Amino acid sequence: MAHFEKATSVHDWLNQRLAIDTVRRVMATEYWIPKNINFLWAMGMVLAVTFGLLLVSGIFLLMYYQPNVATAFDSVNYTIMREVEFGWLWRHVHGVAASVVFLIIYIHMFTGIYYGSYKKGREMIWISGMLLFVAFSAEAFSGYMLPWGQMSYWAGMVITNLFAGGSLHADGLVEWIRGDYVPAQAFLTRFFMLHVLLIPLAILGLIGLHFAALRIPHVNNQDGEEIDFDAEAKKYLAGDKAGSKVIRFANDFMAKDMMVVAFYLFFFFYLVFFHYDFAMDPVNFDPADGLKTPAHIYPEWYFLWSYEILRPFPTDPGLIAFAFAQVIFFLLPFLDRSPNAVPANRRGLFKIWFWVMLVDMIVLTAMGKLPPEGIFSTIGLYAAITFIALWVVLPFITKLERKL
Amino acid sequence: MKNSSRRGFMGMAFGAVAGVGAVASLYAMKRSWDPLPSVKAAGFTTLDMSAYKENELVTEKWRGKPIFVLKQSKEMLEKAKKNPKDLERLIKIGDDHFMVAVGLCTHLGCIPGYNPDEESFLCACHGGMYDSTALVTKAPPPRGLDIPPFKIDGNKLVLGEAGPEYKKMLETGVTLKV
Ligand code: HEM
Ligand code: FES
Repeated sequence: MAHFEKATSVHDWLNQRLAIDTVRRVMATEYWIPKNINFLWAMGMVLAVTFGLLLVSGIFLLMYYQPNVATAFDSVNYTIMREVEFGWLWRHVHGVAASVVFLIIYIHMFTGIYYGSYKKGREMIWISGMLLFVAFSAEAFSGYMLPWGQMSYWAGMVITNLFAGGSLHADGLVEWIRGDYVPAQAFLTRFFMLHVLLIPLAILGLIGLHFAALRIPHVNNQDGEEIDFDAEAKKYLAGDKAGSKVIRFANDFMAKDMMVVAFYLFFFFYLVFFHYDFAMDPVNFDPADGLKTPAHIYPEWYFLWSYEILRPFPTDPGLIAFAFAQVIFFLLPFLDRSPNAVPANRRGLFKIWFWVMLVDMIVLTAMGKLPPEGIFSTIGLYAAITFIALWVVLPFITKLERKL
Repeated sequence: MKNSSRRGFMGMAFGAVAGVGAVASLYAMKRSWDPLPSVKAAGFTTLDMSAYKENELVTEKWRGKPIFVLKQSKEMLEKAKKNPKDLERLIKIGDDHFMVAVGLCTHLGCIPGYNPDEESFLCACHGGMYDSTALVTKAPPPRGLDIPPFKIDGNKLVLGEAGPEYKKMLETGVTLKV
């Protein structure tokens, strides 16, 4: 048996049993962060905080929400919004956070793409990040079903129909997912389960994996510099803090991170109190009606780009293009054939690729919101083709890149 | 040596038991997600076909899905006769012809809207169009609206039961099974 001594303090008592000093050293004080990074590297922490906001507001919503097709709509729009003290606060925090989290995820992803933070040992960070993106998408979709309004119902109808696989006609699969011929009670209760238990569990596990994947390669930096973390850490610990290229994660770097988080929270609560309506679709304030489709069905803004890749094509090619768009970002570390992990502005053709991709996704998002008619259809079609073409050329243009 | 091979055997035995258990529980989980018998049983709707008016779309309900019923006028029938693909979609009851179809777009399941002046359907979701027999005229929908299983019973129509006229439609590929 291990040897225990009479503790001299609470700290010492815990330390003998849980090795808290070692844990703190490994996870915080001697987890090294490069000095040459900017506010974009705080986005990961902003995401973690936003996830926390979703969790807390969700717990309070859960205490009054009723997953029943007859009562769900009123439990949200009447009970929570009007009867429960501060119920509106939890709902608006939850809705705004669910929307803003995607804005931050996209910024976080494009930061990674710009600085090449998905290769040279950082592949698992990227892949676990993409798994988080998929899990958040599923979480957002399942949550959108719960108020059982018109948009909930019809988004549920359209998205589950995707699983019929076009002319494969896997209607049995669709009915299996729904537990009914159309979205109904079985559908609502199972998506409720997914939203409040299974997917959040998966997200927690994936955040753990994402952080673990960061531990060995460490975060990248804005100059694409290959830092010898052991040597720099030694320098720092020897007292040459100014000469070392790294600082401690906590409390030194955390202080900077939390500074950005504080600014973010001002912006966030400004939205919650004064502009929450952008996160609440007016159509969803009509109760679900299986015999009436809303005039325009469109997803929340963060799914518009991939929706627009589906829309301009006939069913089968549309589904293939859509499936392509859903998975292709996973392959980024392997489709980028260049040996350089440096900022895009130093990478020649890749710099152009990056900006065209960013603008193309914004165009797709805008077109996805507009009705599919006339010039919008045409622009949408070309933007969708551009998206696919960009991924096809990526291995070739990165292969041509000279080693820096 | 002897020890390690015994451990190897125990590992394999455990693996086999766990494997069988995993497959069995996956099967149970799959079946738990299947539609309930009560959902499957509530599947019949009877329509009185003498009540409909020409060129006036009525939406009925069967298995939670909207069902379009459109009684064809003389002109619509004349138009349909020019295209065999249109004509074979219609259900004849007495001297009247009806278009009866599941009112969910075959693209991704929105409900198309009917315009009686143009005698056509437009799906607002992605711009698909259908004519008055619900045959597709503009993509993305891949085919006309699906026809639900039906049985003609005098001037009544029973949805959910497959009569000879419906079976023929299935065989000739006029509609898919829904
Ligand atoms: C809610 C979900 C997420 C959380 C909580 C999260 C959290 C974090 C944190 C705390 C960091 C370290 C600090 C930083 O560099 O920002 C990080 C880094 C990173 N994340 Fe995420 N992340 C999430 C989603 C994603 C997604 C969707 C992707 C893209 C596929 C992604 C890709 C990356 C990459 C490439 C890095 C390394 C950045 C570098 O080395 O410079 N993450 N993440
Ligand atoms: S659902 Fe009707 S055109 Fe897409």
